[in-house]
Amino acid sequence: MLQVGLTHFLTVSAILFSLGVYGVVTRKNAVMVLMGIELILNSANINFIAFSRFGNFGYSGQIIALFVIILASAEAAIALAIVLNIYKTFANVNVDEIDHLKD
Amino acid sequence: MNYYDIMFYLFAAITLVSAWFVVTTRNVIYSAFFLLFTFFGVAGIYVLLAADFIAVVQIMVYVGGILILLLFGVMLTNQITNVDIRTGASNLLPASIATGILMGAVVSVMWFTDWKIQPTEAPTTTLKILGRLLLTDYVLVFELLGLLLLVALIGAASIARREKE
Repeated sequence: MLQVGLTHFLTVSAILFSLGVYGVVTRKNAVMVLMGIELILNSANINFIAFSRFGNFGYSGQIIALFVIILASAEAAIALAIVLNIYKTFANVNVDEIDHLKD
Repeated sequence: MNYYDIMFYLFAAITLVSAWFVVTTRNVIYSAFFLLFTFFGVAGIYVLLAADFIAVVQIMVYVGGILILLLFGVMLTNQITNVDIRTGASNLLPASIATGILMGAVVSVMWFTDWKIQPTEAPTTTLKILGRLLLTDYVLVFELLGLLLLVALIGAASIARREKE
């Protein structure tokens, strides 16, 4: 079990995913929620690249990981623009206080 | 335990410990800096998986781009002068239980599944292979992502700079 193989990489990615979900669920600051999402995307990327390395499918997994990184950068830019607008409107970015749609 | 295994455990420890601090530290600035170490650890794991180009892209895009953007987000949305860069936490106990169960489930699935492993010989560089794939099999996705980045650029600028009438 000490010999590092596919399972070890998948385990690291699973723990990273759970930590990201924990961050998204518990943090109040919207920027912290974004950091949790980045952790989740990184764990998915580790999975893609690990299967690409150990699975003999060619290198499509690495290409998909590249696409995920591109999408993550676009997502971070848009989300931070929205967060700045929320801050201009409500003077804070706590996701549990911005519930004005809820009547 | 050979050299590869030691490096793996080192990078895994860096990644997971700093990710733990990212989601538990109260100070938003501290978590942003712990996120830096997480990204470096993940880049190291990519190198161990023979994905050298992805590792470089990870460092350039995540550390050089997304992390700086997140830090700007923190700086612009908190009163720096009031030293109020702290974040509250909600639902700590139920969230801990639920994500603990989730983590147990996912880790046990990963650990007990009988994966069919066929590792191929790691190439010296993946740059040529990835470039070829990007311009043959994935050329449509590649162009669409270029378009998407342009749209995201314009959209982010127009959302963030909207003036009050």
